[in-house]
Amino acid sequence: MQAKKRYLLVLLSCAFLAYCYFGGYRLKSKNVIPIKQGLPHFLDVTDQLYDSDVDSSPHIRRMGEFQGDNYSKCRMETCFDLERCRADFKVYVYPSASDSESDVDAELPTPPQSPAYQKLLNVIIESRYFTSDPAQACLFVLAIDTLDRDSLSPDYVRNVQARVQRLRLWNNGRNHVIFNLYSGTWPEYLEESLGFNPGMAILAKASMSTASFRPGFDISIPLFHKNHPEKGGEPGFVTSNNFPAAKKYLLAFKGKRYVHGIGSETRNSLYHLHNERDMVLVTTCRHGKSWKDLKDERCDEDNAEYDRYDYEVLLQNATFCLVPRGRRLGSFRFLEALQAGCVPVLLSNSWVLPFGDVVDWNRAVVWADERLLLQVPELVRSVPPSKVLALRQQTQILWERYFSSIEKIVFTTLEMIRERIPWQPVRDGLAWNVMPGGLVTLPRFADSWNRFPFYSERLGGAGDRFTAVVYAGQLAPPARSPGGLPQPVPTPAPALTRLLRNVGRSQFVSRVVVLWSGDRPPPPRSRWPALPGHVPLNVLQLQTQAQTTPGTIGSKTAGAGISQRFFPHPLIQTAAVLSLDEDTLLTTDEVDFAFQVWKSFPDRIIGYPARSHYWDDAKGSWGYTSKWTNDYSMVLTGAAFYHRYYNYLYWHWLSPLLHKTVEQSQNCEDILMNFLVSHVTRRPPIKVTQRKQYKDQPAGGARSPWNDPDHFIQRQTCLNTFAAVFGYMPLLRSNMRLDPVLFKDPVSNMRKKYRQMELVGS
Amino acid sequence: MVVKPGFVLTLYRKFFAVLSLVLLLFLVILFFVHFIPSSLYDRGTKLHHPISLQNIDHAPEFTVTEDAPVSAPRNPRCSYWDCFNVYRCGNKGSNRILVYVYPLQKFVDEHGIPIGGMMSQEMYSILEAILESRYYTPDPSQACILVPSIDTLNQNRFRPKQTSQALKSLPLWNNGENHLIWNMVPGAPPDYSTVVELELGQAMVAGAGLSSWTYRQSFDLSLPIYSPLSGLLDDSNSRPLYFRSWLLVSAQTNIHAEYLTELRALARESSQLLLLEQCTQGNYSVRCSSGAGREMFMYPQILQGATFCLIIRGARLAQPILLEAMAAGCVPVIVADSLVMPFQEVLDWKRAAVFVAEEELSGLLDTIRRISDDHLLEMQKNGQYLYRSYFSNIKTITNTALDILNQRVFPQSSKTYEEWNVAPNPLAARSPLFLQLTAPRWQGFTAVVLTYDRVESLFTLIKQLVKVPSLSKILVVWNNQRKSPPHASMWPKINKPLKVIQTKANKLSNRFYPYPEIETEAILTIDDDIVMLTPDELEFGYEVWREFPDRIVGFPSRSHFWDNATQQWKYESEWLNNISMVLTGAAFHHKYWTYLYTTAMPGDIKDWVDSHMNCEDIAMNFLVANVTNKAPIKVTPRKKFKCPECTNNEMLSADLNHMVERSRCIDRFSSIYGSMPLKTVEFRADPVLFKDNFPDKLKRFNDIGSL
Repeated sequence: MQAKKRYLLVLLSCAFLAYCYFGGYRLKSKNVIPIKQGLPHFLDVTDQLYDSDVDSSPHIRRMGEFQGDNYSKCRMETCFDLERCRADFKVYVYPSASDSESDVDAELPTPPQSPAYQKLLNVIIESRYFTSDPAQACLFVLAIDTLDRDSLSPDYVRNVQARVQRLRLWNNGRNHVIFNLYSGTWPEYLEESLGFNPGMAILAKASMSTASFRPGFDISIPLFHKNHPEKGGEPGFVTSNNFPAAKKYLLAFKGKRYVHGIGSETRNSLYHLHNERDMVLVTTCRHGKSWKDLKDERCDEDNAEYDRYDYEVLLQNATFCLVPRGRRLGSFRFLEALQAGCVPVLLSNSWVLPFGDVVDWNRAVVWADERLLLQVPELVRSVPPSKVLALRQQTQILWERYFSSIEKIVFTTLEMIRERIPWQPVRDGLAWNVMPGGLVTLPRFADSWNRFPFYSERLGGAGDRFTAVVYAGQLAPPARSPGGLPQPVPTPAPALTRLLRNVGRSQFVSRVVVLWSGDRPPPPRSRWPALPGHVPLNVLQLQTQAQTTPGTIGSKTAGAGISQRFFPHPLIQTAAVLSLDEDTLLTTDEVDFAFQVWKSFPDRIIGYPARSHYWDDAKGSWGYTSKWTNDYSMVLTGAAFYHRYYNYLYWHWLSPLLHKTVEQSQNCEDILMNFLVSHVTRRPPIKVTQRKQYKDQPAGGARSPWNDPDHFIQRQTCLNTFAAVFGYMPLLRSNMRLDPVLFKDPVSNMRKKYRQMELVGS
Repeated sequence: MVVKPGFVLTLYRKFFAVLSLVLLLFLVILFFVHFIPSSLYDRGTKLHHPISLQNIDHAPEFTVTEDAPVSAPRNPRCSYWDCFNVYRCGNKGSNRILVYVYPLQKFVDEHGIPIGGMMSQEMYSILEAILESRYYTPDPSQACILVPSIDTLNQNRFRPKQTSQALKSLPLWNNGENHLIWNMVPGAPPDYSTVVELELGQAMVAGAGLSSWTYRQSFDLSLPIYSPLSGLLDDSNSRPLYFRSWLLVSAQTNIHAEYLTELRALARESSQLLLLEQCTQGNYSVRCSSGAGREMFMYPQILQGATFCLIIRGARLAQPILLEAMAAGCVPVIVADSLVMPFQEVLDWKRAAVFVAEEELSGLLDTIRRISDDHLLEMQKNGQYLYRSYFSNIKTITNTALDILNQRVFPQSSKTYEEWNVAPNPLAARSPLFLQLTAPRWQGFTAVVLTYDRVESLFTLIKQLVKVPSLSKILVVWNNQRKSPPHASMWPKINKPLKVIQTKANKLSNRFYPYPEIETEAILTIDDDIVMLTPDELEFGYEVWREFPDRIVGFPSRSHFWDNATQQWKYESEWLNNISMVLTGAAFHHKYWTYLYTTAMPGDIKDWVDSHMNCEDIAMNFLVANVTNKAPIKVTPRKKFKCPECTNNEMLSADLNHMVERSRCIDRFSSIYGSMPLKTVEFRADPVLFKDNFPDKLKRFNDIGSL
């Protein structure tokens, strides 16, 4: 027994020794006072003294490393004349014809422009940015085609240096934007080699690398095909959000390889990744005239494999598409993959991605490294399915918002430059990267996202009130009382009076604005119906087509007449606008219900009368119908709710061509509004409840635009003009309407909230 | 008991023999543990011990000789793609960068004079933060980034030439490849270079005050100048924006005379601008207002009394007041052209600061007056979020810098713009189905029928479902483990694919499992006893779902309300004027939601549902409403979903219990979510021509609304 105790004692003491040896140091180190507190700070009073700059003027510091001729160091503050942009952001395009500088053109006749460049200039000239007066211009765009600066290309324009030097406004490139897709030529494809000195001009250039990109100054644009559409553009290929988003092939690539020379290394080794099952990466050496002279031992094998796959099929059936560099850093493939919803896997080291300053590419592409080619399979396999779904959705948004047409590419470029001008308001990254994108989110409207219809769902509440805007102009027929006054006091039409009363009874209305469009002045204050005390009524005289009185609303912009019903008047302070015609029939319940629905869909038009468009195969054009159909694509603004931001877009964003169409026909403003909202949201409008005929039938078949055949033809023409200017048909169809939950249900009427609606027929 | 002495002796001898044996054994073990390299039993990892920062006072000395070589000058054209050795990273399959810190050394010149001052607290904290971060490795051969432990934060505190020599002497320097140099105060008078003036070769600079000319995009890191003063500001003294006395405070003491003149002119015009200058030479905790009054203010506390704080170029570009202002909840107004903002690579400063061009200094006040109140509040909130997440102390700054480096090397782990810049807000979460599409009709939907043993009703339902044109497949989830599904020959003969899945356990969650057999986007989840829906109604339901593919679109609806009496949420199945849930006894929804239900249901909701055999539909409604922030959509008029023979008294009491339990579900789920995600709406969807006085044959959906 004792022995056992002793052994136990020995073991215990051994254990204690062991603990002291192994664990004891922990006890020790805990007792050490932290050294950090005893150390000095890295910065103290003396440093701040040193920092006061007594010698040079801050103006010199501001120039930084820019010394007047090293244009590779250009920045907005050193190479750009901001004063030119003080008033407005306008773009001047040099005339292509030889009228302006005839003496120069005698020696150097204006070279032909490639179709792509013509489209590009055309887009600017038709846009709101354009000015024909160089004195007002902030930016200048050359008429000389600079897209293709590969001297072996047929589109290469010679003597550009001499040509630009002769331009009176060239000013060493200051405030000029030079669009370029290709620079350099075989075999080196030097990025800087444009064939002329762009001086201080901003380069909007494809395939830029981080080495030559001047941050905050240049703009990287995507490489697009010659036949890239001018406007509108094709939609993305993704039509559904299937999950899991994996397709037949995980990773695909089909393209040329160059055997030797710049950029060939990456593509030459792609065959290592090809496994015929889920990774299809096939290359060919066949291109150019003399490929056989340069071919290597793999060429025949690769060519055979190459012919087994179809490019389009691969694009449609692959989850990821490899986008390796070609001779230059960017390739057509990038936009093609983006459109197809095939997530680009970039293998193009140091490429500055298109519009990378504003677009968050991490959400739409996967970055790989040319140096780590063999890790690509592992990389793409490690992307989880939910991320693939997110990446694919984002490719579609980016494609559709910034890349699908030349117009979008050019406008994005111009908007990015505009944001660099210190006094211009800016969008944050959120606006650029979520629907509906930066081009239709105008920061001049408001600086806070709460004010836009797109984010209010996320940021909470679009407000609890609306402003009713009534477009009116008819007086009541003068009462024919024998012996009455020869000139009775003008009175608003009875329908209008009734409408105003109904709207005024709504618990959500905050103000009623009557836009008076009649030739005769509006009735005096006393003749208008009395609204509840908290609802102010404002009657505004509109400028009619005949008169042009300064001071009336709308005189600033060209669009007089009927477009003025959408004028973003400062009296409209609520997010919601209820747009009404003077002869609209609506009950208070209908107004309230539509407003409730609008609060769930603040970005759409919510209203009563719905119309539809259809494709008329016989005529090869769009048709317009007001027939009762099972679906609809427009909601007329004679009785509809929409967000006031759309008023702003209507006036300050839509192309002047569209305004002209509306002005000339004095019609179609509601169709245009539907085009606008559908274009912005890519969603159909929403019709609420049963009412379809929302106007008094004119008594005794009196003249009304609604049964005038000319009226329909006109609207049909509008529809086609709008579709042409937008470049596509933005309208979308809906198959349903929204009713109150208990609408026409066989329950007691007392349980229903919107009782008046049960009585309204169609 | 008599003990023989001899026996005792042998006992003692034995004891000591064993004792000495044990001691010997102990010593032998000790010896092995101590002197045999640890690599024998633990390959690699223990070979290198983390460096110690304790020996700062007696670190080994290293003499830099006068003619020691220096590295090549800093290469201004370096980029990640050509100066960074990516092969050093990702060793041994690690998917994050590994950072090595050189052991502390004391560098002295030939005369024994140190080449720089004592290591600063901040440099010490940076090294400490690296050592504590998940990126640290003690093994230089595995390291992707190497950090010299020489304090280079302030160029005023070290001798550039000797420091360059010291850097060159580092054993793994290799022309600075993959080395990261930390600097916050670059340049020296009179030129004040915007980047630290050391011969760095290919080393990366994590520097403050870089200009757009010296900042090498995607290679350098831009840091803030850390301000030791910002720690003095705490939230408790912070006043809300509306109660701040000054619109703009300018408190820098190093403003250039030219700018000062302009600011003085502005201050004379407007009392909203408080222009502070030094009171007495050398005292920095008080500042005095310029002009006649010469009022005295405590610094930096005065920043908490201003809405905007001016940060203007001094001799150097970056100013420590930036972090002081942000700590004070004051919105920074930055007047420093070409300044690269801290962590500009990932942070969007437009959200948190106002930028004014130096040329436009005179229009400063007009610019900030144009900012709307909403935007101002947003900027302050964003600024505080950025400050708290990335700038509040040296440790967070260091970790952010390492995170950015990590996402350069491993872009697949990149955080998105929103993850970096937008404060997480469950109410503003982006729906995973953010691409708004009208789903294509051709895909059709898959009907998923959960059944236990009601075979007869199931067969009726199947026959009914087949009549719906857009149905593409029926999936029967057989949840009965005791009975196997009827033999194939007994099932109704139909012209659409039908598949039976035998589950392993009778769980309600089985109805929301993302079965690979479901190939369509749309799923119609339907109970086996819902036989009263007409094909027109189902087809129309699918049409509505196509327009709202991210919502639950279904037939029977329910709502919830807050019961003030019991202070609890209540479940309501009465016919009300609003709805907030659609029962998944008959509802269309996206397949993605089943994936979320299975993999990402918060808390223990899923287990709770399975163990209570109830509320799976409420859980689904919560889940979808929570990620989309949208209400479900009810289609078509109300309908009787119960079989008429079921309404007896027994069922009624069961019903009552059922209601109580479901109310409890709502209460429980909302506490798990932390808020009530359900949204209430007052509308339902009907066909466009529903109840219209119009020939029925021209209506697409006729058979709608029968009870």
